[in-house]
Amino acid sequence: MKAKIHVYLKPGVLDPQGAAVAGALHNMGYDEVEAVRQGKLIELDLTGDDVESARKRVDEMCAKLLSNPVIESYSIELA
Amino acid sequence: MKSAVIVFPGSNCDRDAHDAIEHVTGQKPAMVWHQESELPEGTQFVMVPGGFSYGDYLRCGSMASRSAIMPAIVAHAATGAPVLGVCNGFQILTESGLLPGALMRNAGLKFVCEKAPLTVENANTQFTSRYEAGARLLVPIAHHDGNYFADPETLDRIEGEGQVVFRYGKNPNGSARDIAGITNEQGNVMGMMPHPERAVDAGHGGTDGLALFESLLGSA
Repeated sequence: MKAKIHVYLKPGVLDPQGAAVAGALHNMGYDEVEAVRQGKLIELDLTGDDVESARKRVDEMCAKLLSNPVIESYSIELA
Repeated sequence: MKSAVIVFPGSNCDRDAHDAIEHVTGQKPAMVWHQESELPEGTQFVMVPGGFSYGDYLRCGSMASRSAIMPAIVAHAATGAPVLGVCNGFQILTESGLLPGALMRNAGLKFVCEKAPLTVENANTQFTSRYEAGARLLVPIAHHDGNYFADPETLDRIEGEGQVVFRYGKNPNGSARDIAGITNEQGNVMGMMPHPERAVDAGHGGTDGLALFESLLGSA
């Protein structure tokens, strides 16, 4: 089984890297870009095939290490 | 006071911390590898030094904060014993939950390496009792991720409780409310981005960090 974890900054947390990327896109002429938020995609290869227990374990991993709840939120996709 | 300096893969201020502590106390601190699960018997002061533990992978300090020695440091802090985290050490202490908030990428996106003017906001802590309240200091900073963030309620709370110990004279990294160093609610755990251990010897450009170690450890 694979888990895909998206980690992104919470709304209201300034993202200087996203702002720099937006600036670069504007310089390249992509004026339609209103804002950029930069996050992370983390992929896990997991043993076992019980989706519910995997979700619980991956949620724990996110809370304990893969995200920082002070500044980040996350979502989990299992497939 | 018996001291210990924690060493992670990628720590690079551990020996500066060692020398600063020895300079002030005349005693060598124990150098404790992160894979140990206990602090040496009788340890009182624990210093978590600067550097780039685990190459700053994932988030600065995140992996180090989950290493084998951390539960012992958390338990040690819970007894009220002093714990100081500098730079990467500050990041590790926020990641471990010992200090509120988080340290994010500098607002200017650049690594900053300079002498930072600081103000002592609270001289009534065990880390700052040898400073005058409001004293202006010059202490080196060297970091890419020192942009202190916490939600407004947390900021109001730590300001109200006197937990903001150092503030930048000129904000180098976008830190909320110019915060350079904070303590926990109990006042025994402090984190700061500036490097007091690099400011204890006039031959190295200044001694404004000396009083911090003297406050904590008594002068030699």
